[in-house]
Amino acid sequence: MWYFYSPQAIVFGRDALEHLESLEAGKVLIVTDSNLEKLGMVEVVAKHIEKTGAAIQVYDGVEPEPSIRIAEEGAKMAVEFQPDLIVALGGGSCIDSAKAIWVLYERPDLKLEEVNPFMKLNLRKKAKLVAIPTTSGTGSEVTWAMVITDEKRKVKMEIASREIIPDIAIVDPNLTRTLPPRLTAETAMDALTHAIEAYTVQWKNDFSDGLALKAIQLIMENVKKAYQNGEDMEAREKLHNAATIAGLAFSNSQIGAVHALAHSFGAVFKVPHATCVSIFLPYLMEYNLPAASKHYAEIADYLGIEAETQEEKAKALIERIKRLEEELEIPKSISELGISHEQLNEKLDEIIAKAYESIGTTVNPREPTAENYRKILQHAYKGEKIDF
Amino acid sequence: MSEAFLFPSDEWVKEFCRRLNENKAYEEAAKEWEGDFLFIVTPDGGLDREYVFYVDLWHGKCRKAELIKSREEKKTAYIFEGPYSNWKKLIQGQLDPIIAIMTRKFKLTGDMPKVVRSAKAAKELVLTASKVPTQFK
Repeated sequence: MWYFYSPQAIVFGRDALEHLESLEAGKVLIVTDSNLEKLGMVEVVAKHIEKTGAAIQVYDGVEPEPSIRIAEEGAKMAVEFQPDLIVALGGGSCIDSAKAIWVLYERPDLKLEEVNPFMKLNLRKKAKLVAIPTTSGTGSEVTWAMVITDEKRKVKMEIASREIIPDIAIVDPNLTRTLPPRLTAETAMDALTHAIEAYTVQWKNDFSDGLALKAIQLIMENVKKAYQNGEDMEAREKLHNAATIAGLAFSNSQIGAVHALAHSFGAVFKVPHATCVSIFLPYLMEYNLPAASKHYAEIADYLGIEAETQEEKAKALIERIKRLEEELEIPKSISELGISHEQLNEKLDEIIAKAYESIGTTVNPREPTAENYRKILQHAYKGEKIDF
Repeated sequence: MSEAFLFPSDEWVKEFCRRLNENKAYEEAAKEWEGDFLFIVTPDGGLDREYVFYVDLWHGKCRKAELIKSREEKKTAYIFEGPYSNWKKLIQGQLDPIIAIMTRKFKLTGDMPKVVRSAKAAKELVLTASKVPTQFK
């Protein structure tokens, strides 16, 4: 027995934002960051909401890799304002923050670290959640997970509850038009990783498989176009859809060791999530090869990558992804992030211990031992092929 | 062929404990773990009464394991409880322990965030159980 969860509605396509005008709410809290406020995106969203006659307040304090502190600050505003609708506007940080703010607003008796998939939260007594992504990567607009940093423990907490899935996701590619090339590339690689991990983890299933394959295809065909020409709205639209589809895929299967390692490494060295994922994906795919070659070969088939044997197809897929990352000028190794070998060695045990706390380690197609993780990180530092 | 241990029985849980102490992957995954368990097998499908195991897990090792008379006999940090038919599936490797809890085939009480962070250790626990040569009642 298993479940498939998604928002009640996913509104997609250019001008999907207009759906905001049909929402029924008295008070709307927009959760976003100051950058999007400056870019005028909050104003665009607010104008649509104003047509409903709802009162609006904006919390724009979200920071990259959001922390418990941000969630508490936003929840304080929510408690004072008493919204009946929360609108998350932004990348994964904003949407995850909105989820956290929503939980604390509805359940002030709880601490975020106490939220888990096995408990009943009884949300939606005070407000509903609409998520509007402005990057094409996180998939958080359709997932029942949020990643919130515990600054004291230096841990990115993977908090999951089926109740925190947004009620509505509005996936409008017009909001990604001004996304810089670097962010376009790395967030797309995050989405690609979601889809590849969804298709290969131990919890993969018939419902997530089709979504994962489609998302992989859309990303592989469109990311370079959007990276080279941000005005290519057709490519932008396909990428934006792909990120949401990949979100549905991994939310209903699971992430794997790329994310486990990216969360722990990112928390320790304060490196953006999408950057970590982009670097680790090829290394973990090589590591997973003995356990996942069948599934990698199936992805290769779907993409039309030609090779003779299953093993060759799987390897050809990895090479294709490495080539794509080169074309997108994505760092190939940890050393390119300006982290010294000594700094990495000093933090190895901490990174590995935190990666072990992630469900991604447990459901990865090939379960990494601590020693495996150690070697993977060393290879990723030097940019060496994984051959063990 | 090696000796098969009757499940549920004191011999079975002691063999489980012995094998757990030989499992390096469990030791590594559970090195921070502190907390004892009641594993409760509720009756169904041929089992006519409730069986309760006490299992003391500490820093990657099983310090003690025994069949006890009732759930009231010991107060533990965690209780993992499910019907006999689901225990069979778990031991036979047909159920993932985390999925089993999420789909309510088993009930787990205790410090849930700690359990969620220990998914790898939970999985090794179940893998070890599946390696005990088991004969079901």
